[in-house]
Amino acid sequence: MTATTSLPPAEVRARTHVVIRRPKPTKHLKNVLMGVGGWLGSLILFLPIAYMLLKSFQTESDAAAATPKVFFAPTMENYEDVFSAGFWPYAINSLIVVVVSTLVVLVLAVPAAYALSVRPVEKAQDGLFFFISTKMMPMAAAIIPVYVIATALGVLNTLGILIVMHIGMNLPLAIWMIRSFMQEIPEEILEAASVDGASRWRAARSIILPLVRPGLASTALLCAVFSWNEYFFAVNLTNSTSTLPLFLQKFLSFGELYTAHVAAAATLLSIPVIIAGWMAQKSLVRGLLFGAVK
Amino acid sequence: MAKTITAPRPPALVRELTRAERWKIRGPLLPALIFTILLTQLPFLLTLIYSFQSWSLLSNKPAQFNGGANYLTTVQDEIFWRSIGNTGVMTGVSTVACIVIGLLLALLLNHTFPGRGIARTLAITPFFVMPVAVTLFWRSAMFDPGFGLLGWFSRLVGLPAISWLSEYPMAALIILLTWRFTPFAMLILIAGLQSAPQEQLEAARVDGAGPLRQFRFILIPHLRPYIELAALLLAMNLIQTFGEIALLTAGGPAFGTTNITYYIYLKGFNGFDFGTASALGIAALLITIALVLPALRLLSGIFQKEGRR
Amino acid sequence: MQIGPQRTKAAARVLAVTAAGALLAGSFTACSTDNKGGTAGGDVTINVALAANPQMKTAESLISDFEQKNPGIKVKFTTLPENDLRPAVTKDVATKAGQFDVAMMGSYEVPIWAKNNWIIPLEDYATKDTAWKKDDLLEPIKDIVSSDGKLYGAPFYGSSSFLFYRKDLAQKAGVTISQTPTWEEIAAAAAKMDDKANGTSGICLRGLPGWGQNLASLTTVINTFGGRWFDEQWQPQLTSPETTKAVQFYVDLLREHGQADAAKDGWEGCLQKMSQGTTAMWYDDTVFAGSVLNQATPAVKENLGFAMAPTGPADIKSGWLWSWGLGITSSSKNPDAAWKFISWVTSPEYIKLAGEKSGWDSIPPGSRTSTYELPEYKKATAAYADLTLDSINAANPTQPTKDKVPYSGVQYVQIPEFVDIGDFVSQQVAGAISGTQTVEEALKKSQDYATNAVKTAGYLK
Repeated sequence: MTATTSLPPAEVRARTHVVIRRPKPTKHLKNVLMGVGGWLGSLILFLPIAYMLLKSFQTESDAAAATPKVFFAPTMENYEDVFSAGFWPYAINSLIVVVVSTLVVLVLAVPAAYALSVRPVEKAQDGLFFFISTKMMPMAAAIIPVYVIATALGVLNTLGILIVMHIGMNLPLAIWMIRSFMQEIPEEILEAASVDGASRWRAARSIILPLVRPGLASTALLCAVFSWNEYFFAVNLTNSTSTLPLFLQKFLSFGELYTAHVAAAATLLSIPVIIAGWMAQKSLVRGLLFGAVK
Repeated sequence: MAKTITAPRPPALVRELTRAERWKIRGPLLPALIFTILLTQLPFLLTLIYSFQSWSLLSNKPAQFNGGANYLTTVQDEIFWRSIGNTGVMTGVSTVACIVIGLLLALLLNHTFPGRGIARTLAITPFFVMPVAVTLFWRSAMFDPGFGLLGWFSRLVGLPAISWLSEYPMAALIILLTWRFTPFAMLILIAGLQSAPQEQLEAARVDGAGPLRQFRFILIPHLRPYIELAALLLAMNLIQTFGEIALLTAGGPAFGTTNITYYIYLKGFNGFDFGTASALGIAALLITIALVLPALRLLSGIFQKEGRR
Repeated sequence: MQIGPQRTKAAARVLAVTAAGALLAGSFTACSTDNKGGTAGGDVTINVALAANPQMKTAESLISDFEQKNPGIKVKFTTLPENDLRPAVTKDVATKAGQFDVAMMGSYEVPIWAKNNWIIPLEDYATKDTAWKKDDLLEPIKDIVSSDGKLYGAPFYGSSSFLFYRKDLAQKAGVTISQTPTWEEIAAAAAKMDDKANGTSGICLRGLPGWGQNLASLTTVINTFGGRWFDEQWQPQLTSPETTKAVQFYVDLLREHGQADAAKDGWEGCLQKMSQGTTAMWYDDTVFAGSVLNQATPAVKENLGFAMAPTGPADIKSGWLWSWGLGITSSSKNPDAAWKFISWVTSPEYIKLAGEKSGWDSIPPGSRTSTYELPEYKKATAAYADLTLDSINAANPTQPTKDKVPYSGVQYVQIPEFVDIGDFVSQQVAGAISGTQTVEEALKKSQDYATNAVKTAGYLK
């Protein structure tokens, strides 16, 4: 709060009498309105998800009712059906792909970011441009040769090919974000560390890494989210050995009502990522705050 | 405030670097660079080669060089141009909507009020749900005029239920995409607001500037790089939209919601015409580059501001 | 900055990276399909690609019966929705990627894939395996999964199309639906039974784009109105008076008395509406009879009636002909084991097993004569079994239209290019259904596209 606690001089008071008195109730009203607005906006955004949660506990006939039912007899049958349809193999596959690809992305991105910021190569800008430009290419154009090569190498329908594609998908973003975090590190710390050239490696590990750790966490989270939800590569390069987005397809069978089942599957599939996102939102904001834009 | 270094600059840093030293510097970059080159440039080269061939899996004939025939077909293909237009509309409108709504929400959620943490948590959820699953849900439980939520709302207020996917498929798609990506924009903008120059805002308030003027003359200029970043990241993701289109509208009706990614998929993996699909891909790449070049220049603007080496 | 924790952290990091690397290398090979041929006593795994339908789900659940009878053969299923199965399997057989031993194929694919040598003939297997009773197969169904007289696909189920309707709603509206109705009658009935205020549409028809979605129903309507896709010289006939009349009829019926937002509904959407009672009539595949009854609300279940596919001015029997068949891919390394699976799941014994374990409404219908002689089946499906059989027998894929045509197929055109042409036309039709364009515009664009396509492919000189 900003207002001075002492009273302004008489002439000012006389002139600005109304101005001084108005802020208090208006400000309070404004705060209330902002609070209400904030809640309203958040609830509107969250509404479809809350609705999805609701529907996941309904029977299909309840779910197909023209007037949304708020009171109904809840059932777990949709969730049971999801688990009995072979959920776990796909979930494990998703976990493997996400963890491995995110780890490898970090391992590749940290040194690359270092070489583009702390101790930059010449033409570091061009290097960065190159990485970012690979995100501009419509994925669909590259998929055909990837499919052909994967067939020739015999790696279709394996987790490995998905891991490789996910790494390629996330690497530019990771390099960009981690580089930004590294640029945040004050010059003098880096100078002090690089006085002795032979221990540059140790300097990097023991000084730089701990400083960018929150940035690494938020980068890893973002990469994990994109990898978990990734659909295009999964649908074109795999079928029986695949990740959760493809499980959904298998789960929806022809000739059966499906709204409640989709709701249950969607809720289940999204839970890990939502929880991770909720826990890490502070670090995400901080990361964006310190990182991506100066 | 930077502490001054007392030691003089070592002479070693002033001279030209030897070749060995240059390579030592490049070292850390190489793994990522080589990986990316292999994964992106190699397929790009192959796509280029295929685009000059007549190659359809279904015809069971081997691929044959056919000059620029595929490109000619592409340029004359009305659906191709339509999909480019659709991509522009989808991406542009969704990006703008996400930023506007995201900004509004960021402003609201930046103020302290009871339960703000929870509200923020709820608001970011749409970004994290699995797109495929949530698209299927929207298709039936939200958009269906018979039992969807939106249909129920309109009946409640006495309006006829809109047949979203038949009459306004593009609007339906944009609504879905905006809903999914607004939280992302909002997070970036909250970061921007939190780093807003408090002293300037203070001074302005004391000078008597109302919230609107503060907004226009201080916040917006400060937020500009954040807005640009958000717009760039959003656009990059939205151009690649595939799952939502495939599951919500199947690109229709009459190719009304087919974007370039989906069209390439249709030609390549539905019609199995690899030659034409590759030409489409190259054409799409050229157009994307042409449109995105200004954005890349923007990027360099951001870099220059933050670059200090 | 102590050395201790640093080293530990560093070591941990290296370990993590190595582990990731090992996992990465391993995951390339570990989870790939195992196609090694079985030596005596060794376990053979066959990979089966299936469409995700209830009948196939039942088969998956009964797989232990197969594995008991065939020790040493393990079956791995890949189940995909119909629209995704087709591209996935086509990709595999066309590039000989070898991911699948057994592939479920539609009767549309069988002749094409046979000609391309992507699947192997089953004729010898079928003749040698007398227990499989090749002659028990319904003749029309056997024909559409064969090529050049040789069997290439073992029919899992066969179907045609007919009309579903609500007897109670018809009575209430004062209409009678005959067993062999005309489209004119049905349009009038739809008008009378249409009750938008109460959320019931007069009829539900496929509107969703896709050559196997809206175009399937629409093509049968075109046929029975006297139109056709191509004349004998392969000139497209999409703008002929009969075809135009048929498409206009279909679009008008949908827009006036059909379900709301029709362009988003394929058979999935209409199935839901029929079983939940939000539509009075539905024209679609006979195989859905069991599914509708399984999911129906009580009001629907007690009042469901069936009639033959409606006919148009040209008075042509318009039920379509379709079969999902199982074939062995040329790239399979275990064709014998693959045949064992195929013969199990398409045998009369399996049908009995499925009926007993999962209910007679869920067995795969329309493939064998013996199915229709089972007393339990006859009893459980009295309402629609005979109509199904009659519809299948009435369909004529080699002459489905009034005038002669150079192609075969009732609800599709048996040429490889049809997927591309059909998808384009179906999109245009969906545009007309949703009101984005007129029927004339849709057909004009379709005519141009089709002409171009058959010229490029060499059919049209």
